[in-house]
Amino acid sequence: MLGLTAKDTTLLIIVAVLTLFAPFILNPFPTDSAMAQFNAGYPDLMQRFVIFGIFAIGFNILFGLTGYLSFGHAAFLGVGSYSAVWMMKLLTMNVIPAIVLSVIVAGLFSVVIGYISLRRSGIYFSILTLAFAQMSYNLAYSVLTPVTNGETGLQIALDDPRILDGANAPQYPNLFGTEMNDAVTMALGPWAFTFSVGYYVCAIIMMLAFYLSIRIFRSPFGMMLRAVKSNQQRMNYTGLNTRPYTLAAFVISGMYAGLAGGLMASMDPLAGAERMQWTASGEVVLMTILGGAGTLIGPVVGAGFIKYFENIFSKINDSILHQWFSFMPEGIEDLLVFLVHPFIGKGWHLTLGLLFMLVVIFLPGGLVEGGQRLSRMFGRKAKTSDEKTDGKTSPAE
Amino acid sequence: MSKYDVTRRGVLRTGAIAGAGFALPTYLRAQESGYLNAPTGSTVTLGFNVPQTGPYADEGADELRAFELAVEHLNGEGDGGMLNTFSSKSLSGSGILGKKVDFVTGDTQTKSDAARASAKSMIEKDGAIMISGGSSSGVAVAVQGLCQEAGVIFMAGLTHSNDTTGKDKKANGFRHFFNAYMSAAALAPVLKNLYGDDRRAYHLTADYTWGWTQQESIAAATEAMGWETVNNVLTPLASTDFSSYIAPVLNSGADVLVLNHYGGNMVNSLTNAVQFGLREKQANGKNFEIVVPLYSELMAKGAGKNIAGIVGSQNWDWKLENEMGDKYAGTNAFVKSFGEKYGFPPSQAAQTCYAQTLLYADAAERAGTFNPCGIAEALAGYEFDGLGNGPTTYRAEDHQCFKDVVVVKGAADPEDEFNLVEIVEVTPVEQVTYAPDHPMFAGGELGQCNPGA
Amino acid sequence: MDAIILQLLNGLDKGSAYALIALGLTLIFGTLGVVNFAHGAIFMIGAFCAVTLSKLFNLSHKSSEPSGTDFLGNPKYEDILYVKDWFGESFGSWMIDWSVPLAVLFAIPIMVGLGFIMERGLIKHFYKRPHADQILVTFGLAIVLQEIIKYFYGANPIPTTAPEAFRGSFDFGVLLGFDPNAIIYPYWRLVYFGFSALIIGAVFAFLQFTTFGMVVRAGMADRETVGLLGININRRFTIMFGIAAAVAGLAGVMYAPINSPNYHMGMDFLVLSFVVVVVGGMGSLPGAVLAGFLLGILESFASMNEVKNVLPGIDQIIIYLVAIIILLTRPRGLMGRRGVMEE
Repeated sequence: MLGLTAKDTTLLIIVAVLTLFAPFILNPFPTDSAMAQFNAGYPDLMQRFVIFGIFAIGFNILFGLTGYLSFGHAAFLGVGSYSAVWMMKLLTMNVIPAIVLSVIVAGLFSVVIGYISLRRSGIYFSILTLAFAQMSYNLAYSVLTPVTNGETGLQIALDDPRILDGANAPQYPNLFGTEMNDAVTMALGPWAFTFSVGYYVCAIIMMLAFYLSIRIFRSPFGMMLRAVKSNQQRMNYTGLNTRPYTLAAFVISGMYAGLAGGLMASMDPLAGAERMQWTASGEVVLMTILGGAGTLIGPVVGAGFIKYFENIFSKINDSILHQWFSFMPEGIEDLLVFLVHPFIGKGWHLTLGLLFMLVVIFLPGGLVEGGQRLSRMFGRKAKTSDEKTDGKTSPAE
Repeated sequence: MSKYDVTRRGVLRTGAIAGAGFALPTYLRAQESGYLNAPTGSTVTLGFNVPQTGPYADEGADELRAFELAVEHLNGEGDGGMLNTFSSKSLSGSGILGKKVDFVTGDTQTKSDAARASAKSMIEKDGAIMISGGSSSGVAVAVQGLCQEAGVIFMAGLTHSNDTTGKDKKANGFRHFFNAYMSAAALAPVLKNLYGDDRRAYHLTADYTWGWTQQESIAAATEAMGWETVNNVLTPLASTDFSSYIAPVLNSGADVLVLNHYGGNMVNSLTNAVQFGLREKQANGKNFEIVVPLYSELMAKGAGKNIAGIVGSQNWDWKLENEMGDKYAGTNAFVKSFGEKYGFPPSQAAQTCYAQTLLYADAAERAGTFNPCGIAEALAGYEFDGLGNGPTTYRAEDHQCFKDVVVVKGAADPEDEFNLVEIVEVTPVEQVTYAPDHPMFAGGELGQCNPGA
Repeated sequence: MDAIILQLLNGLDKGSAYALIALGLTLIFGTLGVVNFAHGAIFMIGAFCAVTLSKLFNLSHKSSEPSGTDFLGNPKYEDILYVKDWFGESFGSWMIDWSVPLAVLFAIPIMVGLGFIMERGLIKHFYKRPHADQILVTFGLAIVLQEIIKYFYGANPIPTTAPEAFRGSFDFGVLLGFDPNAIIYPYWRLVYFGFSALIIGAVFAFLQFTTFGMVVRAGMADRETVGLLGININRRFTIMFGIAAAVAGLAGVMYAPINSPNYHMGMDFLVLSFVVVVVGGMGSLPGAVLAGFLLGILESFASMNEVKNVLPGIDQIIIYLVAIIILLTRPRGLMGRRGVMEE
């Protein structure tokens, strides 16, 4: 179907089903239960899951296929966000022009940076991309404040021109009048499920992006990129210039990052310089490796994993812990709270760091690889290809 | 590729249909009450969004302590703290409007994006009706913008930039903390008394929005009393070592160094300046002096002995009532309940967060609703006393609190770690008041309050 | 002229910190080929060795008689320091005053031990794994290390002072015939410069003039052949890891009085140290040192007002700009070897 093999079609369908039903899947606990803390099915986090999923899918096209490790991909995301917000300030609050412009600008930006950085390989390439991204971040925070609004971040204001919008046009990002933050909440007994317009816009775009990435992975172009990864020298000896291929991969993944940035600004019209900092670039690297570099679904899983811990674990505090353990005798309750305390709330970094280490030590190849091992352990017949998924192991998608 | 094209069109069509389907029931967003997250049960949820990781984590932890204490007092637990001294008596210790106060916490990471994500999850997932906290102006402005768009009240924590209630002011946002203009206006007369009116100042300024407004304010105020500004050097936020910016200061003809830095930047630049021996030097026949317009107890702690004798300004200090009299009633009540619970006196960040929570609760009580528009109306132009800062007004035009400003100095020989700063004097509110359309606050408009419906 | 001399001096001082951190990193990263994102954390732990020792010296017990009241009005008891009890008043104060230099001795065994544990317990298993896995595991380790420090010491910087004798600054200008106060420089920073020169010299001498060093250098060049000769290169690499950790740790100990240590100072230096190592060239120790000094000096010059007036914001990006220019003109950095981390 759609030019995919049966297995890829299955994968695409699984992803589509998981994405479309995410509001149910991510809200497994009744809203009044103590476990509701672990529900992730609210619009903002779901949007983040898919947006960072897109970012990581794009990053994986470069890193997973060619092996070029860019440490400056957040710059494209940041540039995309800035273009989108500017579009919303000047032209219209409709998200379509904003997203289109963010992809184009990020694409142009990545052509320039890619053209220069791809003259080197290995660690030298990584440092060149890092240097460009850090320069963008530092300048955006200070000298370029007239364009980026510096520390505060670029926001929309009441007195922006918005020349295409009439007097009665929506004040918030919208798709032909449907506002992104519109949502319907469905109450089913003790459960509540929220369906937001913004999430479904992101989800549909992510499925397109995912489909495109499958096509790239399976195309002759993708094969060429893999060849670059396995032995670039041999490619050069055969008289083939690999640079155009790697540059194309770089630009495609830069455009994915721009798309993610544009979507982020469309869901929440703000663009901050922190989006371009090296820690943000590092985050997408971690997402991709954690999920499984070079696998189709891995980066999305990794993105969901990291965002889940950032948003859910940081919000657990001691009084919530006391609620959880309140059925225990007083002394044991306090002991349990004391033991868990370092890992939640302000300690969420610690939990994440430990998980990074545990995953990479015990599941070489990332979470997807781990899922495959589990499925093998449970006696199911091992699949042979390296790109496949086990949806059950993915926490977020 | 042609297949791909077909798919894209197909999906766009589907997207439009889906969009139309969801467009109709917007009224569901705000329940029957007419505003977002109206509390339906027996509790009301407040969202406390503070830095829990990153350089301001300790300041955030102190804010969180104050919030927890405020919630306790609102629910009638503990000794009541400033509820006993607060000029408004509408709060009775039975929660807000009869609903028990519940709270959720989040981590801003001192990043706009993370702060907004955290605030959004409080609004969307936990049903928070008010967001408070924060330790930097970038975050405050970003979260204030979000609360305006979403339709909840934002009670700013520590944010000192003029922009928060200047060009980025919002109808749903309120700031109790003072700002850069007030710091400068309060400091200038004290600096004149201490160092004379014939001084040449060299500014080092953190190269981002807060730093610029701070520098602009202090330069204007000191120049008005006769000082000259020799130079203003912008330093990158990411700097950890300021030696290359401090090295040329002594030879520049200046005799005062003004450090417009905050947090880790300030601790490092002050430490570096003292390392270079600037404090022992003479320039233009006068003792060389260093001024840090804004600093906190935690920064004084980080700078250690280097803070001794350095003049700066604060929103509040825990010794205020003891040293400056009953005018600052509430201070001792708060210090007592905070100190007994946690074992040390509260910081100015804690006080501002505690006061903001009480002010919000009181406004809801007086308005008789949690509707943000009702609360905004109750807070605008509200005059109150007994929250530790003396008589205070929430100005209606920009939602900025006007109150006395404390001018402090690093203690030369602190008797313990709680007495690192001593109060020099308190500048009365008249001296730090400015017109709402002052050029430093121009641009931007408050807009309409948004109840999220 | 005096401004230029001043910034040159300052650049050398900054450069010595960069060089020292990069030297430790390049021993692990440039030669063992392990991408060690935990290197910044090791530097940070070094600085906290100084903090810890000064805290240990300041351990106290309460006096039996109250000496006033605390902020809540309860009786307050004066703190009596154990060191003064045990070593006498004057020697006790001397120990507190000199806690940072003494921390160098305290830190060496700790840092070497930490390096051994890291290599044996974790890194050893990652030599043959892809760089991506190394990044993930060392980044995770860095987070864990800094969160542990944060748990015990908080997020606020902790002031750590140099000995009384080294506070204040030295007037170079008078020596060179300039006006007084034209070129002043803090004593402790001069000490830091001398200390780094000493450590860098010692590491080079060790690798150059000892048999052990010779084997390690051979192992860096061609690990397999050295192994075939029946030499246990792995054990030596463990020791090198310990040395690298010690170098970074000592850089941290001596840095503590320059800027008050906090738990994330390692992350602040991490990116910078990678840039320095790569600009110096992979696998080259002299390259790393050279690049450290070069970037330190250029950064100092970029922050001069005369330069900033012409190119606003240049000090924000100078390091990265120079890195790009060098990597484009010299494919393997200043002194890099062919084939190290190029695939």
